[in-house]
Amino acid sequence: MSDILLRVRNLQVEFDRRAVLRDVSFDLHAGETLGLVGESGSGKSTLARAILRLVSASGGSVRWHGEEILTSTPARLRALRRGMQIIFQNPLSSLNPRMSVADAVAEPLEIFEPQLDGAARRARVFSMLERVGLNSEVGSRYPHEFSGGQCQRIGIARAMILNPQLLICDEPVSSLDVSIQGQIVNLLSDLQNEFGTAMLFISHNLAVVRYVSRRIMVIYRGRCVESTTRDELFSNPLHPYTSALFAAAAPLDAISAPAPAVAMRSARASPPVVALSSPAAPYADPLAGCAYRSRCGYAIAACATIEPALQEVVPGHVAACHRAREFRDARPVS
Amino acid sequence: MSTALEVADLCVSFTQRRARIDAVREVSLSIAQGECVAIVGESGSGKTQLFMAAMGLLPRNASAEGSVLFQGVELLRANRAALNRVRGSKLAMIFQDPMSALTPHLKVGTQLAEVLVRHAGISWRDAWHAATRMLERVHIGEERRRMQQYPHELSGGLRQRVMIAMSLLCAPSLVIADEPTASLDVTVQAQIMELLRSMRSEFGMALALISHDLGLVGGFADHILVMYAGRIIESRPAGHLLNEPRHPYTAELIRCIPRVSGTLPSRMATLPGQPPRPQESPPGCAFAPRCPRAAPRCRTERPVLLTRGAGAAACHFPLDS
Repeated sequence: MSDILLRVRNLQVEFDRRAVLRDVSFDLHAGETLGLVGESGSGKSTLARAILRLVSASGGSVRWHGEEILTSTPARLRALRRGMQIIFQNPLSSLNPRMSVADAVAEPLEIFEPQLDGAARRARVFSMLERVGLNSEVGSRYPHEFSGGQCQRIGIARAMILNPQLLICDEPVSSLDVSIQGQIVNLLSDLQNEFGTAMLFISHNLAVVRYVSRRIMVIYRGRCVESTTRDELFSNPLHPYTSALFAAAAPLDAISAPAPAVAMRSARASPPVVALSSPAAPYADPLAGCAYRSRCGYAIAACATIEPALQEVVPGHVAACHRAREFRDARPVS
Repeated sequence: MSTALEVADLCVSFTQRRARIDAVREVSLSIAQGECVAIVGESGSGKTQLFMAAMGLLPRNASAEGSVLFQGVELLRANRAALNRVRGSKLAMIFQDPMSALTPHLKVGTQLAEVLVRHAGISWRDAWHAATRMLERVHIGEERRRMQQYPHELSGGLRQRVMIAMSLLCAPSLVIADEPTASLDVTVQAQIMELLRSMRSEFGMALALISHDLGLVGGFADHILVMYAGRIIESRPAGHLLNEPRHPYTAELIRCIPRVSGTLPSRMATLPGQPPRPQESPPGCAFAPRCPRAAPRCRTERPVLLTRGAGAAACHFPLDS
């Protein structure tokens, strides 16, 4: 296996003494993509921000090439951040409205490569703008003149200009129209192949995460509830929450879905496909039992008292559910 | 079947820095009593402005021409008093972001009861009681406590339930729901759509469902209208539209919806290019620059919305021709 770029262990973040992220661990290898799936409030964006130390963690460890980030000095942190960049959901609000596109894309270069002269910097900026699909004349224009998709391209150019080893994408296509989403997702995959960038791809949309991720982690109320490879997760989800996410996305698939899709869906019917009909109790006591139990159609007595540990149910496939083994055994023999 | 809403040749334009922007162009549609019509389009397609005009909610720099008939009242030319009689009672609206549609400093119960006091003229005590019952009917859970809470104390899904309850208080004949689930998580989206479905069968109101998400409304609406650059480009019964789209834009939209099952293509489907900017009015079909079927004729002659069978499409070379 290639080197471990980022090693996160037992990461914990608290706001007002309430844990919004608990005990999250994963490894990210150079050039690979980890998809992070969860609802709003699940802590997925907090995880991204904690890795970059944009919010402070209250416990755990984040190692970048083996070096602890959580305790590094501000100067060291600044240097390390050069290799980790982030793009946001709302590209317009993450760009300075008074900065021209060329200046916005050049800014990281000015900070991290001050030795570059103006001509060399301009050349880098324009070649990157071209690489993300914007022609060079956009350089003198301002963010508000662009559509959402184009603004996201500008954000990507700004993030990629330093050739980072890690690109964190926080809901990069959620605010875009469906006809534009594919353009941005494909651009990100192309850049990843070309530059060998690792990606942490955060989204609430399983269907989008599926295109880019080799591995996927599902987060619910600040905890990882399931994590495995993409293909394993899509063919064999073990946590009822993951299945609910599939069920919620399934109506889309019914529309002129190719024939094999139907067969696949029915094969997946053995793990719990829960229709979520009752509204969630928004803030149940997280300390007692499983946080998902109030919405879960499969909850048993133990779920109310014992928080299920994250355990390996199938080799390489972890889930935090008391009944995960039952769901595994109920899967059809293929 | 009688008609809940009849829109004819509606045009909505904005004046911005002396430039004229046409947001809605010659749109005609009708929604029958009890019917659910979805209006689908991407941002800037005019789907929201169409109904803002119908509700008399356009900003000052906008003007609307044409006709919007609701229960015999011409809404475009109705005075404020006449508009206020129907708005919020017989004609109700649910917005995308329930947080900004609710007043932050008033209790949920106060906001709900106020609707009844104002439109039905009943006492506060009766209105409070009726509002509590309505919250029960939208399955909010712990409705007495919810009445006493402020909007920020509720989750997004619960707030949208409050909005739905509010829209139903005066037994409307038409509810306009503008992206009712766009700000919610996928699993909560399914709950809210299910609630709207059951409320429709319980209350029998017509529903205009505005959405960017063809996948979401596909299994829900009776009829779907697709808008592009301010015009309706296809209008068909939902099943027909989804399974055999006639307009290439509709077909491309369906193709672009990412799916969670089936074989995984190596790349996500895309539709190249951008929709035209609203200040531009190219002579031919607005979709021609992005259309895989476009021919020279499409760039010079704008196709009209031609009715054939149970639907209509505006295309010189529809997919079933």
